[in-house]
Amino acid sequence: MAHADAHALHPPTSTGIESRKLAIWTFIGSECLFFASLISTYLVYKGKSLVGPLPHEVSQCMLHGKMQQCEPMFEIPLVTFGTAVLLFSSFFVVMALNGAQTGNRKKLLTWLSLTVLGGLFFAAMQIYEFTHFYHKGLGYTTNLFSQTFYTLTGFHGSHVTLGAIWLGTLLIQAFRGKLTPDKAVNLEIAALYWHFVDVVWIVIFPVVYLMR
Amino acid sequence: MATSVLEHAPARDHEASGLWSWITTVDHKRIGILYGATAFLFLLLGGLEALLIRWQLAKPENTFLSPETYNQLFTMHGTTMIFLGVMPLSAMFFNYFIPLHIGARDVAFPRLNAFSYWVFLLGGLFLNSSFLVGAAPDAGWFGYANLTSKQYSPGMNVDFWVIGLQILGIASLAAAVNFFVTIINLRAPGMKLMRMPMFVWMSLVTQMLLLLAFPVITVALIFLMTDRVFGTHFYVPAYGGDPTLWQHLFWIFGHPEVYILILPAFGIVSEILPVFSRKPLFGYAAMVFSGSFIAFLGFGVWSHHMFATGMGPVADSVFSVLTMLIAIPTGVKIFNWLGTIWGGSIQFKTPMLFALGFLFQFIIGGLSGVMHASPPADLQQTDTYFVVAHFHYVLFGGSIFALIAGAYYWFPKMFGTLLSERIGKVHFWLAFIGMNLTFFPMHFVGLHGMPRRVYTYPAGLGFELMNQIETVGAMILGFSFLVFIYNIWISMRGRAEHPAPADPWNGATLEWSIPSPPQAFNFAEIPTVSARDELWHQKQQRGGTLPEPQRVSGAGIHMPNPSYWPLVTAVGVLVFFLGFMMVGWPLNVAGGLLTALGAFSWAFEPAG
Repeated sequence: MAHADAHALHPPTSTGIESRKLAIWTFIGSECLFFASLISTYLVYKGKSLVGPLPHEVSQCMLHGKMQQCEPMFEIPLVTFGTAVLLFSSFFVVMALNGAQTGNRKKLLTWLSLTVLGGLFFAAMQIYEFTHFYHKGLGYTTNLFSQTFYTLTGFHGSHVTLGAIWLGTLLIQAFRGKLTPDKAVNLEIAALYWHFVDVVWIVIFPVVYLMR
Repeated sequence: MATSVLEHAPARDHEASGLWSWITTVDHKRIGILYGATAFLFLLLGGLEALLIRWQLAKPENTFLSPETYNQLFTMHGTTMIFLGVMPLSAMFFNYFIPLHIGARDVAFPRLNAFSYWVFLLGGLFLNSSFLVGAAPDAGWFGYANLTSKQYSPGMNVDFWVIGLQILGIASLAAAVNFFVTIINLRAPGMKLMRMPMFVWMSLVTQMLLLLAFPVITVALIFLMTDRVFGTHFYVPAYGGDPTLWQHLFWIFGHPEVYILILPAFGIVSEILPVFSRKPLFGYAAMVFSGSFIAFLGFGVWSHHMFATGMGPVADSVFSVLTMLIAIPTGVKIFNWLGTIWGGSIQFKTPMLFALGFLFQFIIGGLSGVMHASPPADLQQTDTYFVVAHFHYVLFGGSIFALIAGAYYWFPKMFGTLLSERIGKVHFWLAFIGMNLTFFPMHFVGLHGMPRRVYTYPAGLGFELMNQIETVGAMILGFSFLVFIYNIWISMRGRAEHPAPADPWNGATLEWSIPSPPQAFNFAEIPTVSARDELWHQKQQRGGTLPEPQRVSGAGIHMPNPSYWPLVTAVGVLVFFLGFMMVGWPLNVAGGLLTALGAFSWAFEPAG
C-alpha cells in the first residue's frame, strides 16, 4: 500500500520504475565488474607471493628489520563477527525502510541508526584489522598478497564508508522529520546500494578469508 | 532530498544567452553542442599530431622529430582520437538526439549530464596540459606494463596518462548510466523498444558496453597507479607480478571499447541510408540482434590482441574462433545496409556520400580485421602497419566518416541551416581520396615488415614510396578538414538568410517533426508513437507531407533549472585526482571535500 503511494509520486516512466532506482541498479551492475576485476586479480595472484606474511600459513617475512618467522595474518573470528554485523545491517535497513514507508518515525530512526552503526562498526573493524596486519609485518607493498588484499578490501571498505555517510545523511534528514513516506524512495535507493556492498562482501569473505 | 529537477521551472521559449547560461546549462541540446565543439577541437589536435607523425615518416632516417617526441605524438594521437575525439563526438549525438528520438524533453538526469561534460572537458585539458611541461604520455595509448613502470618510465608522462584516463572514465560512466536510464525509462507513449530508431538501439548497446568495460580499465589503472605512486608490484615480474595481467585487464576493456567506438557509427548510418534511399531499414530486428550480439561477443575476444604473448594453443584457438564469429553478425549488418539501398531511390547528398564511404571503408577494415583473427597470420601482422591500416579503416573510414555523415545530416536540425551541398561534396571527395591514399598503402608496407610505433625506418627496405604516398594522403585529409571548417563557418554566417525547415531530408524519425533548431522543451506536446519510422507513417496517413511545425510559447511546460553544482563537483574530482600526481594527500582531501560539497549541494538544491 505504501509502495503504491511511492510509485505514484514520480513522473510516469516507460517501465513504471522510478528513474533514480533504475539508475542505482545500473550503477550497481557496473560496480559488479569493478569488484570482479579486483577479486579476479586476488585469485590470479593467490599463492604466488615470493615472501610472507601469508594469509593462512606461517611464513618467512621481514619484521622489525630482520627476516623471521611470521604468523598467519587472518583472524577469522573477528572478521566473521564483522561480517555478521554487516549482514545484519542489511536487515536493519529493510526495517528502517519499512518505517519510512509507513510513516513510523520511531521505527525509522531506530533501525536506520542501527544500520549506520553497523556500517561504521564494520569499517572500524577493518581499520583495526589493517593496523594489526601492518604491525605484524604486512605493509601495503610487502608482497602480492598484501597489495591485492589491501586494494580489494580497502575499496570495499571505502564503499562501506561512503554508504554509511549516505545513510547517515538520510538519518539526519529523518531526525529533522524530512524523511516522510513520499521521500522514502531516497532511503530505498541508498538501501539498494547498501545491499550491494553487502553482497560484494558475501563474495569477498569466503574467497579471501575462508578459501585456502 | 530534492526530487528530480525535471519538474518545476517555468519554460523559457527563447534560450538564455551568455557565458553563464552555458556554464550552468542542463539542457541536453546545449550539452550536446558543448561536447561536439570540444571534441572537434580535440580531433583537430589529434589530427595535427598525426600530420607531424606523417611528416617524420615521409622519408627514411628522418630527423624532423626525436624518438622521444615521436613516442609522445603517437601516444597522444591515439589517446586523443579515441577518448577525446570519437567518443565525445558520439556523445554529442547521444546528447542531442536520444531524447528527440524517443520523444522526451531531456535525459533522465540533466545535471548528471552536465557533470559528465565538465569532467570530460577537465580531463581532456588535464591530459593535454602534459605537453606544456614537455611530459606528454609516451608509452602508447594502451600503456603496456612494464614499460609504464616507474623504473622504465620515471618521468610524469605515464602519470598524466593514468590520471587523465581515470578522470575521463568517470565522465563516461556517469553518461552511460544517464543514457541507459533515459532510453529504458523516458520513451514517449507507444515508443516500444522495437519501434525505436536504430541510432537509439545502437546507443543503448553502447551504454551497456561502457558500463561493463570501463570498470575493468579503472582497476587496471588503479594497479598501475599504485605501482608507480605507492610502490606496489602488480605488474613487476621481479616481485612475482605479471605484466600480462595489465594486458588482460586492458584488453577486456579495450576490445569492447572498439565496439563503443563503432556501434554509434552503425546507428548513424542506419538512420541515413534509409532516408537517402527513401526506403525503410532492411531487417530492423536482425540489426537489433546482430548489434547486441556483437557487443556480447565483444567481451569474449580480448586476447586476440595478445596472440604474440605466448598464451598457448588452447587460448589462442578459443580467442581465434570467437573473433571470427564476430564477423557473422557484422556481415549481417553489412548485407542489411546493402539491402536497404537496393531498389531505393538514392539521393546522393553529402550525408549519403559519407555513409556510402563508411560502408566501403568499413568492409575493407573488417576484412583486414578478420585476417588478424588467425594467430599464425597475426604473428606476422601484429606490431606492423598492417594493423595500423586495419584500425584506421574501421575507425577513420568507419567511425569518423559516419560521424561526419551525421554532422551533415543533423546540422540543419541543430543549427537551423543546412551545410552547403557544394562544399560538402568537395569535402567528401577530398576526405575519401585522402583517407584511402593515407591508409591503403599501409597494408602493403605492413606486410613487408614496417613496424609500428618506431620513429623512423632504414632506407633501402622498399618502404619509401608507400610512406610518401601516405604522407601526401594525410595532407589531403588534413586539408579536407579545413574545407569542413570552412563549410561550417560559411553556412553559419549565412544562416539568417537560409533558415532550414523542420524536415529538410524527408526524415522518418521524431526530430524532424519539431522546428530547426528545436525549442528548449523539444516537443510542444509529447508525441504518441504508433509505428516504427513514425514520421513516415504519419506522412503516409496525411497524404505525403506534414505541415511545418510552429514555435509555441511553451507556457506550462516544466523544464529543469540550470545549476553550477555539476561544474563544482567536476572540479572537485579533478583536484582529488591531481593529488596522486603532485602535493599528495592534502590535495586528495581538498578534492574529496570539494566533490562532497558539490554533490551534497546538488542533491539538496531546491527543485523549483
